[in-house]
Amino acid sequence: MALFEAHELHLRFGDRVVLEDISLSFEAGRLSGIMGPNGAGKTTCFNVLTGRYRPDRGRVLFDGADITGRSPQAIARMGIARSFQLMNLFDEFTAFENVAIALPQTRRRGADAVGQAYGDAALVAEAHDILGTVGLGQRADQIAKSLPYGERRALEIAVALACRPKLLFLDEPTAGLGSDGRARLADLVRRLKGQVTLVVIEHDMEFLFSLADDISVIHWGQVIAQGSPAELRTNPWVKNSNLGKLA
Amino acid sequence: MRTGHTVPTLTPAMIAIWVAFATVPLWIEKVGLYQYLGVEILIFATYALAYNLVLGHSGLPSFGHGAFFGLGAYGFGLAQLNLVPDLWFCLGAAVVVASAGGAIVAAFISHRRGIYYSLLTIAFGQVFWFIAIKSHAITGGEDGLLKIARLPVRLGVATFDLTHNISLFYFVLAVFVAVSLLLWRLVHSPFGRILKAIKQNETRARFVGYDVWRYKAAVLVLSAGLSGLAGGLFAMAQSSAFPDVMSLHYSGYIVMMTLVGGGLVTFWGPVLGAIVFLLARDVIGAFTTGWMLWFGLLFVALVIYKPEGLGGMFLRPARRKPAGAK
Ligand SMILES: Nc1ncnc2c1ncn2[C@@H]1O[C@H](COP(=O)(O)OP(=O)(O)OP(=O)(O)O)[C@@H](O)[C@H]1O
Ligand SMILES: [Mg+2]
Repeated sequence: MALFEAHELHLRFGDRVVLEDISLSFEAGRLSGIMGPNGAGKTTCFNVLTGRYRPDRGRVLFDGADITGRSPQAIARMGIARSFQLMNLFDEFTAFENVAIALPQTRRRGADAVGQAYGDAALVAEAHDILGTVGLGQRADQIAKSLPYGERRALEIAVALACRPKLLFLDEPTAGLGSDGRARLADLVRRLKGQVTLVVIEHDMEFLFSLADDISVIHWGQVIAQGSPAELRTNPWVKNSNLGKLA
Repeated sequence: MRTGHTVPTLTPAMIAIWVAFATVPLWIEKVGLYQYLGVEILIFATYALAYNLVLGHSGLPSFGHGAFFGLGAYGFGLAQLNLVPDLWFCLGAAVVVASAGGAIVAAFISHRRGIYYSLLTIAFGQVFWFIAIKSHAITGGEDGLLKIARLPVRLGVATFDLTHNISLFYFVLAVFVAVSLLLWRLVHSPFGRILKAIKQNETRARFVGYDVWRYKAAVLVLSAGLSGLAGGLFAMAQSSAFPDVMSLHYSGYIVMMTLVGGGLVTFWGPVLGAIVFLLARDVIGAFTTGWMLWFGLLFVALVIYKPEGLGGMFLRPARRKPAGAK
């Protein structure tokens, strides 16, 4: 049994069917890629998997437990974290505090209304450590809002990492980045691989085909192809898209 | 939060404010004002600090806080008249009654945000106000709850009488010191920082594992309880409790005090706001009965041109963008 499984998910917004019979499974320790055209339903799929929307039908299983329809916070506490395609930070906090607030240690002390929030040296060290991992070691004291775009993208991932997840969903981590930024993010994702189970939505096929262990292609709310990068290179949809130019 | 990441319990600003207040009875009459005004300012400063826990620190736009202040006032009076006329017991009753009111409201509104949150706080505020007016047998209705005594402070070894405004002033100052110290610790605690995170981005807070509605409920109950404490002191100060403090009108005053003072950007802003508001009432009010017009214009001007309030101009903001930030 895989670490994470989704069975026959259906979701509609009004009369518009956005997910139609989606089944996915993600093996522990691997990097699974998800690709597909704009509006295919990739982000919506993540939203169902992480508790933002409840599917109309279908089941979501994590570590053997049925988590269908559970709240985002309950799912997060089980060890599933995510980053967002559109930036979703604590804008007025420093980079340090964005990470520190997401650490499980801070969450466990949530009922403490008199102690120092960040008085614990181990917690501070851990937050700095995570910032270092994503290349923001020098930016700890900067307000998130004031960081340049590429660094905000990195912080977006740092906040998710701070949850200490077993499974990490990344929604288009390279969106809007130039080639430098992409290379840096690819490098980061490569380092994360093996430490945490990853599921990555990406439009950048070069990025995905070089890193993923397996890839699912979503189109019109359905999984139209699934397999290893090598298998998918011969897939007609993939061939017709810009990968043909790469291969 | 700067590097080092801990915040001292006592700060120079805090001590300066406490000491400055402590000198007030020595000179307030010399400048043409009166001792009771000092008592009122401290009570409303306490109330505004408690209110700002919700508005400024948690970003929850409650516009019905007068209900909790009023519940505290009635709780204090009714406990004294019907149960035990002991100061500590009655102040405790004020806190408990107001917290219970806060818990009822919180149960209904903590899943809401923004305008829906505001509208529901207004609606609940009106409900409590209406009940206070209509329950004539309990609250005295619009005639008020009268003959509330200024109970003596019993400290085991000694007892202090509070019938004089100066002694009442120092007792209220002691409460103000305790509440401001508590709230200062709270906003820098894990609980307080999580509230600040929820204020900025409720969605992300949920996705990193926080039961957002629990925090929103808890902070409303706490703020209601402390507002009720201020309400209890107010009932004692004016020896009576009336429904008007629960009206939408009065709920609006506390919002104005907090915003004018700069509660959105500085911890002490609400205190400054309470001082400015009550001084404006007395000083401008001495010249014209339409003082609220002038204060209202100040409020409008601040909202338009200086949303960070007077505190943002005169007090050092709680946090500035670090050097190098754009
Ligand atoms: N909350 C919503 N209400 C109604 N329709 C929605 C909602 N969220 C998404 N949709 C629609 O569902 C479809 C799938 O959107 P989704 O964001 O999942 O696409 P995507 O695959 O992530 O695309 P992109 O590559 O552009 O990010 C789109 O047509 C979108 O307009
Ligand atoms: Mg998307």
